[in-house]
Amino acid sequence: MAENEVRTVAELVTPCEVGAHVVACAFLGSEAVFANGEGEIVFASGKKIAVHPNASILEAVSDGKKIFTCGDDGRVVATDEAGSSETLAVIKNKWIDHVALGPDGAVAWSAGKTAFVKTKKGEKTLEVPSTVGGLAFAPKGFRLAVAHYNGVSLWFPNSDAKPDPLLWKGSHLGARFSPDGKFLITTMQEPALHGWRIEDKKDMRMSGYPTRIRSFNFSHDGKWMATSGAEAVVMWPFTAKDGPMGKEPKMLAPAREGSRVSCVACHPSRDALAVGYSDGMVMMVRTNDAAEIIVRGPEGGEVTALAWHENGMSLGYGTDEGRAGVLNL
Amino acid sequence: MSDKIPVTVLTGYLGAGKTTLLNRILSEPHGKKYAVIVNEFGEIGIDNDLIVGADEEVFEMNNGCVCCTVRGDLIRIIDGLLKRKGKFDGILVETTGLADPAPVAQTFFVDETVSGKTALDAVVTVVDAKFLKDRLKDAPEAKNQVAFADVIVLNKTDLVSADELKEVELRIRAINPFAKIHKTSRGAVALDEVLSQGAFDLDRILAIEPHFLEGGHHHHDEDVQSFSFSTDKALDPKTFFAWIDNVSQIQGPNILRAKGILSFKDDDERYVMQGVHMMFEGDHQRAWRNDEKRESRLVFIGRDLNQKALREGFEACIAK
Repeated sequence: MAENEVRTVAELVTPCEVGAHVVACAFLGSEAVFANGEGEIVFASGKKIAVHPNASILEAVSDGKKIFTCGDDGRVVATDEAGSSETLAVIKNKWIDHVALGPDGAVAWSAGKTAFVKTKKGEKTLEVPSTVGGLAFAPKGFRLAVAHYNGVSLWFPNSDAKPDPLLWKGSHLGARFSPDGKFLITTMQEPALHGWRIEDKKDMRMSGYPTRIRSFNFSHDGKWMATSGAEAVVMWPFTAKDGPMGKEPKMLAPAREGSRVSCVACHPSRDALAVGYSDGMVMMVRTNDAAEIIVRGPEGGEVTALAWHENGMSLGYGTDEGRAGVLNL
Repeated sequence: MSDKIPVTVLTGYLGAGKTTLLNRILSEPHGKKYAVIVNEFGEIGIDNDLIVGADEEVFEMNNGCVCCTVRGDLIRIIDGLLKRKGKFDGILVETTGLADPAPVAQTFFVDETVSGKTALDAVVTVVDAKFLKDRLKDAPEAKNQVAFADVIVLNKTDLVSADELKEVELRIRAINPFAKIHKTSRGAVALDEVLSQGAFDLDRILAIEPHFLEGGHHHHDEDVQSFSFSTDKALDPKTFFAWIDNVSQIQGPNILRAKGILSFKDDDERYVMQGVHMMFEGDHQRAWRNDEKRESRLVFIGRDLNQKALREGFEACIAK
């Protein structure tokens, strides 16, 4: 495919300088914000707030109103559109590696082997056998998946029952439920994903990747799961009762020579996704016909963050070199 | 490889003086910025350095190989450190006294982010001049730590006689003839002898102990062996990589360390490699200089290694 045949919307992108590794991007109201490796929240307008002074932000999530960041200063901070921030947790001498948002304003985070959940009613903790690799709330019911070595603990923080174990050997990192709540997927230290069908704990293994999968998410209708880590976006079908088991994934948006997919973000309402590459390129791709539109050329840096505005009309991206941009369609 | 952040792994059996050395490193005005990954927060903490607590969590890779164990906590910490803008001049990893150094070292081979941005610079082992011989008898971890080392800090030399010191040095040499030994008391060793060593730099080992690499030298400890092979004939890269891959699969569990500098046919660059158990990595280092001999050298330290098979295999890699 010759590059001059591909449409570009790069002229609609407003670049912004984030200054350090972009850990995450989110939209607060209508404005894009970026969390960086120097502990700052950088607004697209240029405003910078040091929410984790002299520290690094390790993970960030947003509900569209606030961005919740956790850092190697052992803190969880929520920052709103106006730029005011509130510290939700402080743990001395520990890194808070993960943060996740749940229903009714619940926030979960983890430090070492301990997972924390904070609700309006208070705070609860769960000790797991090894350091928490990832956290995810189930879409229905108040349930938190806590990934660690050799599996995941499914925890009902409101119940006194022991967490329900999902077992699979290896180190489990990022965790995510399918939108219908029927499947739980984790990325692993090996270049593979693992999944369980919740109702019967049936295992599924999605492998064949050349590198570790750092980014994955589900399409708006839950029919596909897009994943990074390969030379093209690997899309696993989730339409059948047993998910992707025994099915071939679909490959979309191949990378240029020597590059690979580093980040994916499915569009919030259409059959399309944004794709970031290790050479700094960003593209939009339609799922049904694989049509591609260039958002950013291969200008260097690895794309480490991508996020859509919930209205689907704006896209933010960021790289490990601190470059970022906002596309307004 | 020079733009990778060098990582120094500090090991040593309980009571050898590891913490004293670490505190010295941290309190000396070195003008560099280090990230120091420790097991326990002590009363240390220097403005310029970042101290990180680790949990020493080892897990087995899900690839069917029991010796492919890595430190998951280290991967997470290094991932996090790499997000910082200023980065670091070096990373120092302290292990607990009972730790097997293999999972730490293997961590720097197995994860592509870690191996892409950092490089294992040296394994530094602190040993106690007075008690090492007892530990070698009763603590297999202590022997592994010596076998693994690129640099050995022979500490507490003031507590032993000259003869005892000589004896303990011989014991160390029997296990690991390739490591650089620094004799000291109270961890008083110059930092530039410990940090930024370039474990790959076999040239230096040659310069220090030239006879070690001549003609497959072989020392024998109770169970740990070491030997080296060399040839001034260029190697065939295809044959070599197939062979070393096979060696790592078959003898990997018994290989504690392997290191090499290689000269390949029709290749003007030196190739350097190192391995731990079944994991090997290598890269072109630099062009061969006109004033140096183009020689391939390979050393192995391990248990129950088949020296004859290794030698024959290595020699079969010489380009025809």
